[in-house]
Amino acid sequence: MIELFQANADLFFEGFKYTILSSVLALIFSLIIGTLMAIFQLSENKIIRNLAKAYVEFFRNIPLLIIVMFFYVVLPLYGMPFDGFQAGTIGLTIYTSAFIAETVRSGIQTVPKGQMEAGLSSGFTYSETMRYIVLPQAFKIVIPPLGGQFINLIKNSSILAMVAGLDLMYQGDLVANATFITFETYIIVGIFYLILTLPLSYLMAYLEKRWAVRG
Amino acid sequence: MDFIGAFSFVNLRFLLDGLQITVAVSVLSIVFSFLIGGLMGTLRFANIPFFSRVLGVFVDIIRNLPLLLIIFFTYFALPQIGIRFNIFWSAVVALTIFESAMLSEIFRAGLNAVPKGQMEAGLSTGLTYVETMRTIVLPQAFRSMIPAIVSQLISLVKDTSLAVIISLPELTHHARIIYGQNTNYVIPMFVAMTLSYFAICYVLSLLSKYLETRKYNY
Repeated sequence: MIELFQANADLFFEGFKYTILSSVLALIFSLIIGTLMAIFQLSENKIIRNLAKAYVEFFRNIPLLIIVMFFYVVLPLYGMPFDGFQAGTIGLTIYTSAFIAETVRSGIQTVPKGQMEAGLSSGFTYSETMRYIVLPQAFKIVIPPLGGQFINLIKNSSILAMVAGLDLMYQGDLVANATFITFETYIIVGIFYLILTLPLSYLMAYLEKRWAVRG
Repeated sequence: MDFIGAFSFVNLRFLLDGLQITVAVSVLSIVFSFLIGGLMGTLRFANIPFFSRVLGVFVDIIRNLPLLLIIFFTYFALPQIGIRFNIFWSAVVALTIFESAMLSEIFRAGLNAVPKGQMEAGLSTGLTYVETMRTIVLPQAFRSMIPAIVSQLISLVKDTSLAVIISLPELTHHARIIYGQNTNYVIPMFVAMTLSYFAICYVLSLLSKYLETRKYNY
């Protein structure tokens, strides 16, 4: 297994790089979109609220593969070409943002209503109260579940392999096909994923426990 | 775009065949992973020295790996050490391994949420450990776990689409074959796939919301 790794280290690290790049990009954009969707879902405006709800319900209930394939297969037919990496990352962003929206929304709803009212009555605008008072409190509550979403995001980034997205899974597959040593190759790929996900998952479990005690 | 041609009788039947496999794989994996996950979660909760720890490490590893990797592994790597499944059972086995690890965590968390006094009360009234578990602790834990379990089941249904990579003849696979014949069928097939998955998952998510808000009589 060590020899196999040494012989193909370049490929594995190349894939590792793309997996991290795709995950981080998707995380940043899905955090932004997800938070916006969460706020829109709690908006006073009926149209905005329902549109945001529809967005979240729709993308939460269809497979990630279909979203990614939409960008990889359908849009190029209509003159919008995406390569595998772009299609995969955009798909991941949209899919994850729906889950983040749900997480952040439930976080905002656990912040007592009085906080918003107090903010508004002391002269802040709605968006100022949201930004300075409600969201900072909500984020502390939602950090452990958001961490869980990030772990899912890293795992889901393996979908890039299906659209030739150059990620870890894809490179692992290339190595497996070239060497026919599938068993060891997939174990190496698995170890790479665990390097990313296991520490995060223990960190989130720790934070959840610590913050739960302090309430 | 050619909706009429895309949904000809032959194609429609082909899609339904795929949907049937999707449902079959989902149901089988749900049943198996529910049983195995429930058992593993209970064993971890029971805190058997050494054994529960080993099981915990195993669960953590599986939970933190991509499902796609597990599917690849069961179909391409296990035959190298002499374990061989056909495509259908590879998909079921891979999904079961992954989802039972996920479900076992849900079970463990649910069991931990039941006050300790319940177990102690059961034991002190003369019930055995297994009886207390079965008749007192598990039913209470189960109610609080239902939303988490249902949303896990929703991801399971969505995740069956990943088995397209080992050419499991399910919905996504069949839709791909149909739109491979004619680019005019691409959008109709995407609409069909989206609607089918959405229908199944949305009904499940409504069920979860209903169970969440339902009041139980203790």
